[in-house]
Amino acid sequence: MSAHEMKSGPLEYRTQEGQLSILGFWIFLAAEIVLFSTLFATYAVLFGRTADAPTPGELFEIKTVLIMTFLLLTSSFTCGIAIHQMRRGSVKGLITWLIITLVLGIGFLGFEIYEFIHYAHEGATLQSSAFWSAFFTLAGTHGLHVTLGIGWAVLLLIQLAKRGLTPVTSRKTFIISLYWHFLDVVWIFIFTSVYLIGMVV
Amino acid sequence: MAEHSKRFPVQHIIGFVLSIVLTVLAAWAALGSDLPVKWIIAGIMTLAVIQVGIQLFMFMHMTERESGGGHVPWNMMFHGFVLAAIIVAGSLFTMSFGFTHDHDDGGNHQQEEQQEEHSGH
Repeated sequence: MSAHEMKSGPLEYRTQEGQLSILGFWIFLAAEIVLFSTLFATYAVLFGRTADAPTPGELFEIKTVLIMTFLLLTSSFTCGIAIHQMRRGSVKGLITWLIITLVLGIGFLGFEIYEFIHYAHEGATLQSSAFWSAFFTLAGTHGLHVTLGIGWAVLLLIQLAKRGLTPVTSRKTFIISLYWHFLDVVWIFIFTSVYLIGMVV
Repeated sequence: MAEHSKRFPVQHIIGFVLSIVLTVLAAWAALGSDLPVKWIIAGIMTLAVIQVGIQLFMFMHMTERESGGGHVPWNMMFHGFVLAAIIVAGSLFTMSFGFTHDHDDGGNHQQEEQQEEHSGH
């Protein structure tokens, strides 16, 4: 069965191994949703428990948050374009758009690190209150996912440059694109329920 | 599928423009509008769900034929989000619902008063 290879359709789906890997990755993403939901639940329950630390309304700045959101939204879009290029069979297009995606992702991380340092200077750290512990755990876990995604994509880029588009490399690229879009899905909820609601309430 | 030979990724561009518009709309609703707080929260959460839908359907190829018409992705995402909703709503219900936690400090008390003022508008 595993030797069976289709002659048409996207390269990443042509082998059974490719199909099963993609299926497995969707299962992983479902588990990730549940992982993040526990962090969101903790954050929601501890909302407002700032003790003597600053409140989120005092520290959150819409400008920084919007820049971060646009960076990540755009990187999700360019990642989609990268897959579009891959399906057209263009390795060069794929690599170019993946690099653009990574640069945007690194920009996002830079802003997040800047933001965390800024909060720490204002007296909001992981240790200062239950609220800020929940905040840094939630936002930090997302940031860690972005960091891992960048490292993973860099390794994949090397492989793509060396081996070109094969059923294996295109399957790997498709899976990382799912991962990257998923990071954006999580960020949309952080943007809305953490930052916007934190500034409104 | 005609999608593979298409030179211009129309769907991606529509999705991108929509998600930018929805983000700006959410930011405006939260900070620029005079709506009551409860309405703002309900409104921006709805916008977030729509945006997630855009990511899943327009960017993540969730329903394409090769993934079995999206049968598995649908299953995974649906059950993932149902579990997430139960965990978040359940935690809030057991830990916070109908419970004012203003015994710890004055800061919270103030916040809640402000909230009441807001929703009074």
